[in-house]
Amino acid sequence: MLRPALLAAALTAAFPAFGNAELDALRAELRDMKATYETRIQALEARLKQAEIQTAGTAIKAETSSQAAAPAPSGFNPDISLILQGRYAHLDDIGHRHISGFLPAGHDHGAPRGFSLDHTELVMAASVDPYFRGYFNLALLDEEVEIEEAWFQTTSLGHGLSAKGGRFLSALGYQNEQHPHAWDFADNSLMYRALFGEAYGNDGVQLKWVAPTELFMEFGAEAGRGANFPGTDRNRNGAGSTTLFGHLGGDVGISHSWRAGVSYLQAKASERDGELDDLNDVEAETLFTGTSKTWVADFVWKWAPDGNAAERNFKFAAEYFRRNESGSLLCEDNTGDGGACDGTEDAYRSRQSGFYAQGVYQFMPRWRTGYRYDRLNPGTVDFGANSAFLPMTDTKPTRHSLMLDYAPSEFSRLRLQYSKDKSMESVAENQWFVQYVHSLGAHGAHRF
Amino acid sequence: MNRILIACLLWLPLSAHAALNVFACEPEWGALAREIGGSSVRVYTATTAMQDPHRIEARPSLIAQMRRADLVVCSGADLEAGWLPVLLREAGNARVQPGRPGYFEAARFVALLEKPATLDRAQGDVHAAGNPHIHTDPRRIARVGAALAARMAEIDPAGAADYQAQWRVFSARWDAALLRWQVRAAPLRNLPVVVQHKSFSYLLDWLGMVEVATLEPKPGVEPSVAHLARIAAQLQTTPARVVLRAAYQSPRPADWLAQRSGIPALALPYTVGGNARAGDLFGLFDDTLDQLLKGAP
Repeated sequence: MLRPALLAAALTAAFPAFGNAELDALRAELRDMKATYETRIQALEARLKQAEIQTAGTAIKAETSSQAAAPAPSGFNPDISLILQGRYAHLDDIGHRHISGFLPAGHDHGAPRGFSLDHTELVMAASVDPYFRGYFNLALLDEEVEIEEAWFQTTSLGHGLSAKGGRFLSALGYQNEQHPHAWDFADNSLMYRALFGEAYGNDGVQLKWVAPTELFMEFGAEAGRGANFPGTDRNRNGAGSTTLFGHLGGDVGISHSWRAGVSYLQAKASERDGELDDLNDVEAETLFTGTSKTWVADFVWKWAPDGNAAERNFKFAAEYFRRNESGSLLCEDNTGDGGACDGTEDAYRSRQSGFYAQGVYQFMPRWRTGYRYDRLNPGTVDFGANSAFLPMTDTKPTRHSLMLDYAPSEFSRLRLQYSKDKSMESVAENQWFVQYVHSLGAHGAHRF
Repeated sequence: MNRILIACLLWLPLSAHAALNVFACEPEWGALAREIGGSSVRVYTATTAMQDPHRIEARPSLIAQMRRADLVVCSGADLEAGWLPVLLREAGNARVQPGRPGYFEAARFVALLEKPATLDRAQGDVHAAGNPHIHTDPRRIARVGAALAARMAEIDPAGAADYQAQWRVFSARWDAALLRWQVRAAPLRNLPVVVQHKSFSYLLDWLGMVEVATLEPKPGVEPSVAHLARIAAQLQTTPARVVLRAAYQSPRPADWLAQRSGIPALALPYTVGGNARAGDLFGLFDDTLDQLLKGAP
């Protein structure tokens, strides 16, 4: 406890003898302060003793009304943000872009050469009431407006449970829930392009549970319409697709953190449309009916010295998939155009796999560089009777990408990327991208 | 057999009152909850003094801790806007959602400084509610502490008496320390200082120090060489006595300016754990004042 002698010592230490009028005034002021403080300190000491002696008894003055004082930061308006994205692409002139050995996934906007606008995203989110939260994400392109996500999520179930309903990006894998503006590269990984076009979204419901353990454990299931690739709209009641996922995660020391997971997607397709070049090199339309089963394993590891990502940080992410499809394939008659297909429908079976691995390093504030490696394996594809008309390939599509990006603030980013793309048989393309990603409005929180 | 029974009986009362799980976003609130809760709370502190509280990854480990929390204690005023919403959303914990008693925002219990007149990102990463670094003023910590003790009692009525008693002891010690600090800090009044980020506005407000320049051109924007050179020139006409930065911030800009203008650069602990002496809330202000008094004699 403070004693007058100590105080005096402190004062002399704080004021070496300067013969200054201003200091004299200060000293006088301090003497007055000292006098008043001494009485107050004594009172406080008495209070302290009393508090220490008293243990339990009287009730705490309830300040429960405090919450009423909470300001409403944005009124009742939802958080609104707008993502502006565009790029300059230097690409070869390739008429029909595809990934060799893979049936094309829907929802691919291709890759325009030169200057172009990517999706412009409009995002709104807010609490609906004490029980639900709502989220809405609109992707705008010329003559095309797409509701990427529009869902509600429960906030009051507790016990680690939350349910989501509406249109949402599936929680399978790692990258799937990220919108393009959150990607670390200017374009999608080959794996996600081959699996879903962009990402797997669905109209349906999701139930998720987080375990009450120190190790992060999350398990969930989704059931939905399954209208998007690899499934199709089927005009049926019931669920067209089901997803199961589980994730584990944690920290290693203060500087490292990780997350790993396994996911499974099963979708049913009915006359799923695909365009292939047949053995005569003429475009043929195929219709697949059957079941598609996809396994995805994902792993993310992040490092930041002392856990402070502001200066330097490193992120590694890798995902691997296996997809089995079985059913029947019809290759529509294109003999009129000189094609090989004659409208035969026969059994179809494929087992395919692939992965990507990427590392992104922020070497100084604002600047990051990254490398990504993509590799797919067309595996075994059995066209049945259609193998007489459709090409088989054992080319393994690969791509190397190198990027450098600069973020003047949290809300803007400029990116330069070079890719050596060998995703099409006997094509080795040099691709250059210059991209910008700007976000306006509410401060979006990003997931791990 | 009897011994085991007695041991069980002795052990029962302890286990009957499960510890309150507190998830503290920043070390200062973790330390405050520990002072009030004592041994009847289990405090998990999500960040360290070496981490920038604006820029934390919503790591899986944080979601797992959020899942188990009975009470979340954060600064609020948008300081955690980049990561806390993800944790609240992903953890599936109804007790700690905003608006519930388990969600405690310190900034709601004190008056905030530096409320922006206009909201425009051209002004940098401005916080609409005002400057969120309220804990650098011990008077505001006391106000938050009173509210926190009441909140802990509300959530855990069984421990209410303990929280009240411990809060009373802490509060009396804190008030005494506050007087001691104010007396010691008297020479710091009107001391002109340069700060790296607006992390110390409440400390300056408390001690009557004057901020003459900020190394960040706009809040949250990294200091640039051109901006630092402008400040060095500005200090020729309006001199400052020290450059202040928080322990988690890069030393480069502050050191550069200190060297250039011949004034000391101080790495203040900023929060509990910021250096070896800042082991608790008392140590935090003892060390901060020691450094300031030594750096600006």
